[in-house]
Amino acid sequence: MADLTADTGSTADRLAEARRQTEGAARHRRWQLLAPALITIGIFGLFPLTITLLYSFLSPGTYGGITWEFSTNAYVQFLFERDIFDDTLQFSSTYLSIYGRSIGLAFGATVGALIIGFPTAYFIASKPLEQRNLWLFLITVPFWVNLLVRTYAILLIIRDEGMINLSLMGLGITDKPIGMLYTDYAVFAGLIYSYLPFMVLPLYASMEKLDFRLVEAAYDLYASRFQVLRHVIIPMAKPGIVAGCILVFIPGLGAYITPELLGGGKELMIGNLIALQFSGSRNWPFGSAAALILMVVVMVSLIVYVRYSGKEGNGHG
Amino acid sequence: MVDPRNTQAPTTVASSDPVARKRRSKMKDLRKQPGFDTMAWICLFFLYGPIVMLVVFSFNDNRSVVIWTEFSLRWYVAAFENDGIRKATLVSLQVATVSTILATTFATMAALATTRVRPFKGQTLAYAVINQPLMVPEIVTAVATLAFFGIIKQIFNINGIGFLMLAHTVFCIPFAYMPIRARLEDMNLTLEQAAADLYATPVQVFRKVTMPLMAPGIVAGGMLAFVVSLDDVIITLLVAGPGETTLPVYILGQIRRGITPEINAVSTVLLGLSVVLVSIFFLIGNKKRA
Repeated sequence: MADLTADTGSTADRLAEARRQTEGAARHRRWQLLAPALITIGIFGLFPLTITLLYSFLSPGTYGGITWEFSTNAYVQFLFERDIFDDTLQFSSTYLSIYGRSIGLAFGATVGALIIGFPTAYFIASKPLEQRNLWLFLITVPFWVNLLVRTYAILLIIRDEGMINLSLMGLGITDKPIGMLYTDYAVFAGLIYSYLPFMVLPLYASMEKLDFRLVEAAYDLYASRFQVLRHVIIPMAKPGIVAGCILVFIPGLGAYITPELLGGGKELMIGNLIALQFSGSRNWPFGSAAALILMVVVMVSLIVYVRYSGKEGNGHG
Repeated sequence: MVDPRNTQAPTTVASSDPVARKRRSKMKDLRKQPGFDTMAWICLFFLYGPIVMLVVFSFNDNRSVVIWTEFSLRWYVAAFENDGIRKATLVSLQVATVSTILATTFATMAALATTRVRPFKGQTLAYAVINQPLMVPEIVTAVATLAFFGIIKQIFNINGIGFLMLAHTVFCIPFAYMPIRARLEDMNLTLEQAAADLYATPVQVFRKVTMPLMAPGIVAGGMLAFVVSLDDVIITLLVAGPGETTLPVYILGQIRRGITPEINAVSTVLLGLSVVLVSIFFLIGNKKRA
């Protein structure tokens, strides 16, 4: 009896020892496999961000780059303008308004994409399987077509000599072209166009699993179509709505090509402001600060997203 | 299965309650919401209309990109004979090929390490690092990379296209990682365990079982990485040195200078390449489910 317990004890010990060894080896191998990806992204993706942080606290060099002199000017410049005569600081909303405009445009584009994307995603989800795959394919293709090419396609259509204006003039509705290009509306439409698939795909993913028996049950309880939409479909699609909104809002906020081509570089968005600091007007510290402020806005949106989706997960199991 | 006319109960219910019957016939398709199908078609038209116009007018025998005259391939010929376009295409293909190979290799290794295992310490961190390029706005990555490469170039006094390839590799990794990971998660360990039971060495198991099974995922991941690298504008625009102009950056420069059907032709080629790659990607994905 005593022998037996001693024996099982040692077997268990040996087993545990063996398991510990294999686990140790597995852990070792796992990090070896992960190393190339993590090191590449760590050095060339993450580390440069800390350099941006460092640069934002230095002074600009005369011909671009930086000089190694501590300064908070980049952040001060963001909010204030230095009077050239008496060197006093005056509040200036120039840059703040660019951020405000960008947030407004990105938010508007998100709402627009939701209005178009939600019915589309629902329509696809309610189709039979083969048709669904075709529709999904059709929505996904523009997603992978070069953003620049797609923006150029929009530009061709809305410019003064474009399809829309020629048709309107040909039909005698207007006698001179409507200036659509280089306006906020053009940027707005371009942003919706660019990021619409980002909205449809997560919406579809959340609706694909929709249990239509619940819809049927609601109708049996004399709900109207609108009530079914409001109280059954939308609540169930909520994770998709949140994900889609984030996926449109974040790239929309940092958009560069759309405002560059469709806004004509006249009305800046954050992306153009940042790029400009590293090319044209050459103020690297200010550009770095502007980039970091954009990062903060994005991080705040992501935290809101995680909070929301987290709650959703707890609420519905 | 059962014809409702043959059973007694539903008929009586339907006939005794004409309002309910009317309701039911009106709502033949319970899934439908009014106006939603119209919106879906509008969405499709909105997405494809501009692209179709661009493609159509690339075949137009006229300087105009709006008035159709005659079918012609002259703008394709012009684009092909344009030295700038040829050089940019070559750079694009070089950068995309190298960064795809690197990114797909790294992503495959990372996927093998993070799937089909019990949750391990640092897993969340590993995911966060791999997905980092997707979470930071592209313009921020672009200026940060520009600043970082500037320092390296200054200290070590090296230049070259390698920097651009590295920058592309970084943002290609998460795109290559996603389909490979999805593929691996769909595979269970039974086949590999069976092979091991039959005295296959770990190397044999990997080469003869794991690798062939995960190959479609690797191909799909590689193709996504290739498309993403080929399409990149912002990071390339800021990071590329002189003589490293890629095709999209070249197109951007041309659009700024003025619109010609030649841009339509080049854009159509780029577009066609993406569509072909994504179609293959889709076919692989559907085969997996079948």
